[in-house]
Amino acid sequence: MANLDSRIPPGPLADKWRKHKADIKLVNPANKRKYEVIVVGAGLAGSSAASSLADMGYKVKSIVFHDSPRRAHSIAAQGGINAAKNYQNDGDSVHRLFYDTIKGGDYRAREANVHRLAEVSVNIIDQCVAQGVPFAREYGGLLANRSFGGAQVSRTFYARGQTGQQLLLGAYSALSRTVGQGLVELVTQHEMVDLVVVDGHAKGVITRDLVTGKLHRHAADAVILATGGYGNVFNLSTYARGSNTTAIWRAYKRGACFGNPCYTQIHPTCIPVSGDYQSKLTLMSESLRNDGRIWVPKRKEDCGKDPNTIPDEARDYFLERIYPSFGNLAPRDVSSRAAKRMCDEGRGVGETGLGVYLDFSHAIKRLGEAGVRERYGNLFDIYHEITNENAYRTPMRIYPAVHYTMGGLWVDYNLMSNVPGLFVLGEANFSDHGANRLGASALMQGLADGYFVIPYTIGDYLAAQKPGSRPSTDAAAFRQAEENVAAQVSRLLGAKGKEPVNQFHRRLGKIMWNHCGMARTRAGLEQAIQEIGALREEFWRNVSVPGSGATLNQALERAGRVGDFIELGELMCRDALTREESCGGHFREEHQYPDGECKRDDTNFAHVAAWEYQGEGKVPLRNVEPLNYESVKMSVRSYK
Amino acid sequence: MVAPTSSKLISVTLRVWRQEGPAAQGRFVEYKAANLNPNMSLLEMLDVVNDDLERRGEEPIAFAHDCREGICGTCSLMIDGKPHGPHRGVASCQTYMRSFEDGAVITLEPFRAKPFPVQKDLICDRSAFDRIQQAGGFITARAGSACDANAIPVPKGQADLAMDAAQCIGCGACVAACKNSSAMLFVAAKVSHLGLLPQGQAERDRRVLGMVQTMDEAGFGNCSNQYECSAACPKLISHDFIARMNRDFLAASVRSAFQAESQASGGGA
Repeated sequence: MANLDSRIPPGPLADKWRKHKADIKLVNPANKRKYEVIVVGAGLAGSSAASSLADMGYKVKSIVFHDSPRRAHSIAAQGGINAAKNYQNDGDSVHRLFYDTIKGGDYRAREANVHRLAEVSVNIIDQCVAQGVPFAREYGGLLANRSFGGAQVSRTFYARGQTGQQLLLGAYSALSRTVGQGLVELVTQHEMVDLVVVDGHAKGVITRDLVTGKLHRHAADAVILATGGYGNVFNLSTYARGSNTTAIWRAYKRGACFGNPCYTQIHPTCIPVSGDYQSKLTLMSESLRNDGRIWVPKRKEDCGKDPNTIPDEARDYFLERIYPSFGNLAPRDVSSRAAKRMCDEGRGVGETGLGVYLDFSHAIKRLGEAGVRERYGNLFDIYHEITNENAYRTPMRIYPAVHYTMGGLWVDYNLMSNVPGLFVLGEANFSDHGANRLGASALMQGLADGYFVIPYTIGDYLAAQKPGSRPSTDAAAFRQAEENVAAQVSRLLGAKGKEPVNQFHRRLGKIMWNHCGMARTRAGLEQAIQEIGALREEFWRNVSVPGSGATLNQALERAGRVGDFIELGELMCRDALTREESCGGHFREEHQYPDGECKRDDTNFAHVAAWEYQGEGKVPLRNVEPLNYESVKMSVRSYK
Repeated sequence: MVAPTSSKLISVTLRVWRQEGPAAQGRFVEYKAANLNPNMSLLEMLDVVNDDLERRGEEPIAFAHDCREGICGTCSLMIDGKPHGPHRGVASCQTYMRSFEDGAVITLEPFRAKPFPVQKDLICDRSAFDRIQQAGGFITARAGSACDANAIPVPKGQADLAMDAAQCIGCGACVAACKNSSAMLFVAAKVSHLGLLPQGQAERDRRVLGMVQTMDEAGFGNCSNQYECSAACPKLISHDFIARMNRDFLAASVRSAFQAESQASGGGA
């Protein structure tokens, strides 16, 4: 049984973080340089953590599998970043951002973590502007805002449709500065393939040099994983092709608990699937829902018609109809399921019938084509490149797609996992979004963790470690971990099967999408667990990984990652099966209200499920951390 | 392998640069790719070709890719001799098979420049760009030290121009397109983005001097003034920024030659 002490500080909610900062241990400046911290991953969370810790005086090693830290997938976030600045004077506050996030997460996040996130959100914007992030501005020179799903205030800061890119380049510039100053050692094209645990503490990692194939041992006083989410378990998603679960999955197999693996976000506005060869789904930013209106024909017979010939009265603007107070800006899980229901009723559009319209004709009448182009031009361009259709003339066709994972490694209030010395930041942890994340909150969390949380909380752990006590890479645990990895590489190369890695990934993705996607049932999940077991057996027997382990070998890289995805997929299904309720992105068909909304069970499931690895072939242990709400009352979430 | 579609399927022949490692001799190898949906991307077509190779136990074609939506800057193909292929303002990953005729022969190579050595097949090493950034591509602002974000207004026009420059995805197409392998568009974009903002003034001279020096040391050539870089840029970043950087560089060089420097050696009570 893992020790899951959340270490939430006592006292009133709004004072917890301030008090905690005053109470936790500090490392004196002269000692900081004696500690080495490994940061794996260099997206928003990883880059901001590495540069901040280096500025404080710690020795930092930043490890990324990309050729440059600037490639991390934070770069693809489009819409914006939330902050409770209240620059619009429209009633925003730290409390309101906190409340919206807790409610948006369907009361399955920790109150204390979310409140801290809302508190530091204002510092993030200050920090990014100081770094030169070119946010959108008004003519007076002050910052502009827009609104996003799940909120009734305008608190989202943005840089055209490329907010993630600009925030990441800001964090990357800070990382580059500290690398240039010799404060951070940057190790690129190295993939973390194991966590090294010495006497119960995380003290290093094993990496594979993706160019030479050589395995390397890295020792440290603490290890930070900021390696992103695992949505590629579905194969088709809005993630980058390289995004994977390997770092956190291998940490899980070394004892770190996995929190709420089944909480997956399905984003409502993505370009629909067009064929079997497809490798990736492209998001159309949620910001489009500020001005676009979502509809399907009222009558099935109209679905094949040219949408421009369908008059307004024959259209069903279903989000506006079902959720009049939030309309097209209902949260992502709610909007996605509504779109699925329309398509299930047979009113979907496009060649496959799996699509709904996102229509800008009203916005073009109101703002002019130039006005719409100024706000969303790059998104219309992306849509055109992919579909060869002009969305200024014909409505976009969109459908939900996997976009984010709220689950991740379990962490306490200090962002430390149950393995002492192992910290987990950003999307890789489970902590702040409950069962559903609101738009423009992922960027906020990544930077909050890296710039404003870990710099304080890592000291609390390191202060208790004797300076200079980090183990040598000759220690038995390092040797054993490296041998483990080498054996796995040989096994993959030695399988000499017939089936390419991509095929296994596609087959896994189909099982997951059919049974552990937008709607889940007991029977479906049980079937999925059976199918995944069989797929796993076949994978290790029949996968084809040509080439050698001593060179750049992309088939081998993919094989290692897909092998981990198969195991994770099974855990996700197990988690979804055990959680006998519906909440946020987790929708069990058995648990719904007559109108199709989520029916939570707060009596039995107001808790975090943290799964603990029990060894090869054994059913993992489900630990529970109760969610104690002191400030907010858990209620039925309504956006009507 | 191909889903039902109303579009007519096409077949193409690929001439692909295969090179086992940095020191190995490379060569072109031909592959047939048949029955392709024209709506598939060029990279998805490579996935299909690679699946076939792997089925036969042959090594797949190594190529750099990640986000597949034109923003991460990882993909880096010379497609029929053009960086990122036939279309303006897109990356390799945003090139679709409908851009090619049925029966076309498509030549795929890595970006070629001395500072971008080939690692394998279609993958080259662009770490020189990171080294240039480390030499000054930043505004020093430690976490926790910033003033309120609205304390310094930035005129909208200036912020928009900074954003135009900041869009650079760091792919290196500008270098691949230039007969001198010049990285001046890349460096100019960063220098201009930060130099246009009030926050970037304190380090403006150090930045341009440091970045240009590192660029030269990495072996990138000088600007040819033919602006192939802007034409190949997936974000269509304007070559006007190169002129802006040249002005900054000249001014900074003059200032650094004549500016008095404090002789104090720090310290204090």
